[in-house]
Amino acid sequence: MTDTPLLKVRDISKFYGARIGCQNVSFDLWPGEVLAIVGESGSGKTTLLNCLATRLMPSSGSVEYRMRDGGMRDLSRMSEAERRFLMRTDWGFVHQNPADGLRMAVSAGANVGERLMAVGERHYGNIRETAGNWLGRVEISVDRIDDQPRAFSGGMRQRLQIARNLVTSPRLVFMDEPTGGLDVSVQARLLDLLRGLVQDLGLSAIIVTHDLAVARLLSHRMMVMKDGIVIEQGLTDRVLDDPREAYTQLLVSSILQV
Amino acid sequence: MSTADLATYNFAYLDEQTKRMIRRAILKAIAIPGYQVPFASREMPMPYGWGTGGVQVTAAILGPKDVLKVIDQGADDTTNAVSIRAFFQKVADVAVTTKTREATIIQTRHRIPEEKLTAGQTLVYQVPIPEPLRFLEPRETETRKMHALEEYGLMHVKLYEDIARNGHIATTYAYPVKVEGRYVMDPSPTPKFDNPKMHMSEALQLFGAGREKRIYAVPPFTEVVSLDFEDHPFEIQTFDRPCALCGAENVYLDEVVLDDKGGRMFVCSDTDHCEERCAGGHRGSLAYDKEAAE
Amino acid sequence: MPTPLVVSEVAKSFTMHLRDGIRLPVMSNVAFSVKAGECVVLGGPSGIGKSSLLKMVYGNYAVDSGQILIEHGGRLLDLAAADPRTILSVRRATLGYVSQFLRTVPRVAAVDVVAEPLAARGVEAAEAKATAEAMLARLNLPRDLWQLPPATFSGGEQQRVNIARGFITDHRILLLDEPTASLDAKNRAVVVEMIAEKKAAGVALLGIFHDEDVREKVADRIVDVSAFSPRKAVA
Repeated sequence: MTDTPLLKVRDISKFYGARIGCQNVSFDLWPGEVLAIVGESGSGKTTLLNCLATRLMPSSGSVEYRMRDGGMRDLSRMSEAERRFLMRTDWGFVHQNPADGLRMAVSAGANVGERLMAVGERHYGNIRETAGNWLGRVEISVDRIDDQPRAFSGGMRQRLQIARNLVTSPRLVFMDEPTGGLDVSVQARLLDLLRGLVQDLGLSAIIVTHDLAVARLLSHRMMVMKDGIVIEQGLTDRVLDDPREAYTQLLVSSILQV
Repeated sequence: MSTADLATYNFAYLDEQTKRMIRRAILKAIAIPGYQVPFASREMPMPYGWGTGGVQVTAAILGPKDVLKVIDQGADDTTNAVSIRAFFQKVADVAVTTKTREATIIQTRHRIPEEKLTAGQTLVYQVPIPEPLRFLEPRETETRKMHALEEYGLMHVKLYEDIARNGHIATTYAYPVKVEGRYVMDPSPTPKFDNPKMHMSEALQLFGAGREKRIYAVPPFTEVVSLDFEDHPFEIQTFDRPCALCGAENVYLDEVVLDDKGGRMFVCSDTDHCEERCAGGHRGSLAYDKEAAE
Repeated sequence: MPTPLVVSEVAKSFTMHLRDGIRLPVMSNVAFSVKAGECVVLGGPSGIGKSSLLKMVYGNYAVDSGQILIEHGGRLLDLAAADPRTILSVRRATLGYVSQFLRTVPRVAAVDVVAEPLAARGVEAAEAKATAEAMLARLNLPRDLWQLPPATFSGGEQQRVNIARGFITDHRILLLDEPTASLDAKNRAVVVEMIAEKKAAGVALLGIFHDEDVREKVADRIVDVSAFSPRKAVA
C-alpha cells in the first residue's frame, strides 16, 4: 500500500443557482480502495460523482489526482485534452444506462477495442485478441464479438460497458448505479463479477448507489449523503451495522429482509 | 432585345464580396491542411448535391486566363460535368478543355485524373459530407472537439468494423486519410484507388462542401496518408484486366453493361486519359477499329 | 508475555433516532486485556452485550469513548480512533474474526471463501487454496461441497467454512463469536484443538462460548461483561 492518496477531494461544492447540488465534500481515496456514495435520489450523490469525474465543473473546491508518474495534479487546472486523455486511459466511467457508455451501432469487439485504438494500438489482430479476452472476463461468449450491443440483454450490455472501461487498465473507475436497471438475479451476477475484477485488478472505485447491498458487497468505505451534504461516513460495515445518524438508521432499517 | 438590355452576371457568377469571403476561407484552409473551415455558402443556381461547394470554390479562384476542365466520375461528357462547364463558359467566358494537361483548374466529382497533376494546377473537389467522423459520432460539437484534440481512435473503430465484418478493409471510397500528420480528412467519395495520388501532389487540392458549408485544402507537397492497421495495410483496388478500349493497366476502370445478356466491358473511368491513349495508337481487346470498319 | 490487545475505558451507547432518539447505554468503563497465547472468554447472561463488545473490538461498532489498543506491525495503535483504511489493514494483517454467521458472497466456491484472507495477504493462489483445502478437510466438510458456494449449505457447514476462513491466517489476535454454536461434538472437538494450537502459537484469543464444555476447555480467563453493563448498575 502506498502512502499517498490517489484522489484528494477538498471542499467540493456545486450549486445550481441557489439550489445545492452538493456542499463541502472532502475525502481522500487510496489506491485499491472502493468508496460507495449512498443516498436517495436527489441527495447529490450523482452531482458529486460528476464533479469528481470532471463531467461537471464544481462551483468551488479542488480535486487532485495522482498521475501515473506520481505527481498530484489539480483536475480543474488540466487542459481539456489532458482530462479527456485521462478519462479514456487511466479512468473509467460506468453509466447506469449502458447505452450512454457504449456505441450501440458498432460491434462488441470494437466497443472494447476503441480505447486501445485511441491510445495508438494499430494492430488489428492484437486489438481483437485483447477484446476477446475481455469479453471472456466479463462472461460474454467470444462468439458474440462481432454482434452489436443492441442485440445484447441489459446485463450483457452492462458487462460489455465494464469491459470497455477496463481494457486500458485504468486505476480509477467511477460507477453511477451500475446495477440500476437490472433484474435482481442479473444484478447479483454483475456485482459478483465487479467484486472479483476490483479485487484482482486492485482498482480504486467510487460507486454511487442507492442500494445498500451493493455498497456492502463492493465497498470498503462509504459516505451517506442527504440534501447535498455528507452526513455520515466510515468503514462500510461500521456504517451499515452501527449507523449513527437518524437518516442512516432510516436507510438501514428500510432494507427489506428476505 | 439587344444583349445590353439583359441583366449581366458578375464575372464567375458570385459577387466580389462573396468571392473574398470564400478566398479567405480557402487561404485559411491552405494554412491548416486538412482542417475544415466554415464558410458562408451561397445559394447557387443548381441543387445541393450537384456540386455547389465545388462551384463556389472554382468561382472564387477562377480568372479570365484560366483553362477549366470539369469531370464527373472521371468523364468530361456526363451531365454534371457538361452543365458546370457550360455554366462557367456562360458566367465567366473562360476557356474550357477536356485535356488534363491543358487545364489550370480541374473541378472534379469523385475522381483524380490518371495523368499526374503538375505545379500550377488546382484540383477542386465537390464534397457531399466533409466530416469523416460523422457516421460514428453524429454530434458536430463532439467531432469538432475530437479534431481539435486529435482524438482519432474512432476512425480506426470504423476500419476495425470493416475487417470484422468483411475480413478486410472494405471501405473503397471516401477512405479516410491523415493530412500532414495532423487532421483526419475525408477525401470526398473518390475511390481509394486515387488516395495515393493526393500524397505529395504538386497541384493544389481544394475541397468545397456547399450544403455543409465547409472548405478544406491540401496544399502542394503535403503528406497524405491513408489510415490502416499494421496487419491490414492500406491497399488500392487492382483490376484483373486492362481497359477494353485503350489497353491501359493500373488505371481505375468502370464497368459498362453492353446488352441484356450479361455482356459487359471494363473501360477507363478517366475518359480523357483513354482517348489520349487511343489516339496514341494503344488498343484494347474491344477497341473500335476505324480502319477495319472502313 | 506481550499483550497485543488492551481495551480501556471504553463506553458505548446506541441512539435510536427512529424511536424518538432514545439513548441506550450499552457499556461503560470496559477494561480488560488479552495476552499472547491466552484465550479470554467473555461471560455473562445473554443480551448483556458480549457480541457487541466483540464487534467494537473488531471496529464493526463505533465506540463513544475509550481506547482499543492493538499491536499492529510492531506499533501500538488505537483502533477506536483509527480511520477506515487503518482498520482494514489491521483486519488484514493482525485482527481476525469468526462471526456466528457466514455472510455469503454469491457464486464464490467455499474453498475460495476460505482461501481469500490468505490471497488478500499476497499468498500465492495455489498455496492458499491447498491450505484452505487442508482446513476444510480437518473440519470434516464433505469434499464435494468445496467447489460450491456456501449459500445453500446447512448452518453447521456454513459455520465450518467460517471457522476455516477465520483460522487460516496467522493473525496475532483472533475474535471468536460462538464458533461452535451449531457444530456436532466431533467438530467441536476439532475447533477446541485448533484453538489450543493458536494459543500455543502465541495468538491472543477473545471469544464467546455458550457451550460450557468448550468454554472450560479453552478459557484461561473469563471476563464478566455484566460488570461493564449499565443495566446491572440499574438493577
